[in-house]
Amino acid sequence: MTITADTADLALVPGRVVLDEIVGLRGPWSAVVVAGDVLTIVDLHGNQAVDTLVYDAADHTRRYSAAATVAAQQNLFLSTGSVLRDADGEPLMTLVADEVGNHDTVGGACSQESNTLRYGHHTKHQHACVENFLIEGAKWGLGKRDLVSNINFFMNVPVEADGTLGIVDGLSAPGKRLAIRAERDVLVLVSNCPQINNPCNGFDPTPVRMIVTRGE
Amino acid sequence: MTETLATATTHAARAHARAQAGTVTDAMPIVPASSWPAPPSGRAASMTWAETVPGGRYTSKVLARGTRLRLRDVHGTACANILLFRADAPHERLNVADTVKVPWQAYLGVGHPLLSDQGRVLATIVADTSGRHDALCGTTHVAGNTAKYGEGSLHSSSPAGRELFTVAAAKHNLQSRDLPPSLSFFHGVRVEEDGSLVSTGNAGPGAVVDLLIHLPVIALIANTAHPLDPNPEFTTGSLEVLAWRAPGELNSLPNTDPEYQRAVLNTDDAWAAATSETEIRR
Repeated sequence: MTITADTADLALVPGRVVLDEIVGLRGPWSAVVVAGDVLTIVDLHGNQAVDTLVYDAADHTRRYSAAATVAAQQNLFLSTGSVLRDADGEPLMTLVADEVGNHDTVGGACSQESNTLRYGHHTKHQHACVENFLIEGAKWGLGKRDLVSNINFFMNVPVEADGTLGIVDGLSAPGKRLAIRAERDVLVLVSNCPQINNPCNGFDPTPVRMIVTRGE
Repeated sequence: MTETLATATTHAARAHARAQAGTVTDAMPIVPASSWPAPPSGRAASMTWAETVPGGRYTSKVLARGTRLRLRDVHGTACANILLFRADAPHERLNVADTVKVPWQAYLGVGHPLLSDQGRVLATIVADTSGRHDALCGTTHVAGNTAKYGEGSLHSSSPAGRELFTVAAAKHNLQSRDLPPSLSFFHGVRVEEDGSLVSTGNAGPGAVVDLLIHLPVIALIANTAHPLDPNPEFTTGSLEVLAWRAPGELNSLPNTDPEYQRAVLNTDDAWAAATSETEIRR
C-alpha cells in the first residue's frame, strides 16, 4: 500500500484512507470494502474500462445482479444515485459520486471465447477479463459458477432506437473518478480490462487507482 | 350430486387415488407428447414436450441438440422467463451479456442467438410473431413482488421468478450460484436515448417464439410477470410449451452475420469433438 500525500484529496468522499492501490494495466484486483467505506476508482489515463463484480463478503452467493439493478432504477446506465443490487433486490453498494455521467451494465466481460466470435479466432490467446475474474476470484473460493454480468465502469455502450448496441469511444478522460459506498461488507472483484480490439480502453490498456476511505 | 369416496382403508384409499387420473385440464403436461391434440403439421411422431404452464408456475426439461422448442402465449398474458444450461456441462450456461453484445443487438428477434459463456450457441430464435421480449431486466424477486402485489413467495398467487427458478434449478442439482440473469419472452422493453427502460407490454394472444436448440440443454422456464409489468394486479396467464425433433434445421440457419457464423462453428466443433463416431452416425 502506498499512501501518498495527495491520496486523501483524490478520494471523492473525504475520510481516512484505508487502502490506496494501483491496479496494473491488464491486471486483476480485489478487496473487501466494509459497510460504510467508500471506494474511489480513478481512471488515471482515461477511457479504461474497469470490469467490476460485487459479492456480499459473508455470503458470495449474494452477488451483483445487473438485471435487478437496472430493473429497479428503470434505467440501463449507472451514475450518481444508482444502487448496485443483488438478485433479491437488496443493496450492495451505492454510486455516490461520478465525474463521467454513465457506466455500462450490459456489455459484460470480454473472454477468450467471446473474442473469437467478435473479432476472429486469432484473438483466442489474447488477454481477457474473464481470465482476471477467474484467477483473482480463485483467491476467495470463487469459480466459474460465481461469474455473472458485470459492471463496466468508464465504458460507453449506447443503444440505438433499433436495438443496435456497441462499445464506442468513451466519455471518460484522464483523472476522472467515481465513488461507490458499501452498504454492507462486500467483496469487490475487478478486471482492469486488457481488451485491445475495441475502444473500451482506447485500444491501449492503462493502470487505474483504487482508494478506500472511511468516515472519521 | 355429491360422490363420497371412502379412504379409511389402504384398498379404498388406493381406489380413491387411482380414480383421480384421467383428469384433463388446461394446465398440465401431456404424456407422451405425441398425444398432444394439435401438434404442428407433420410433427406428431417427433414431439418430445407438450405442456401448458399456468401463470405463476414453472417447468423444465432436458432437450437434445436439434430440438425445436415452441413457446406460445395462449391468452396474451404470459411472460416466459428462460434460462439454458448445457446439459452435459451445466456450468456452461446462458450469458445475456454476450447474447446482446456479440450480435450488436439488444432486442431479441429471428436469427438472434442465445449464447453461452463459452462462445457457443445454445439456441437460435428461428420464429417470432411477438417481437416483445427482453434481455435486460431479468426476472422478479420476492421483495419486488411483495411491494407490488402483496406477496412473492413460491406458493403465493404472485410468485417471483427468482423463487420459481430456484426450485426449477434445484431439480437439476443447480443452486443459487448457478442462476445468472435470465431472458424473457412476450413482454417487451425498449431503451430510450437516456437509458430509460420502458415496458412495451405484450403482443396479444397466440404469439409464438420458436428456439432451435444447438447443444443438449437444460431448459428452465418460469411463467411469471415481467419486473416492469405496469399492471398492479398479477394476471399472468398460460404458456404453452411444445417441442419436437428437427435436427435438419441445424443445416439451414437464419443468420449470416460473421459473429453468428463463428459461434455456430465453435458450437459444432465442440459437439463433434465430444461425440463418438457411432453417435454421429446414429
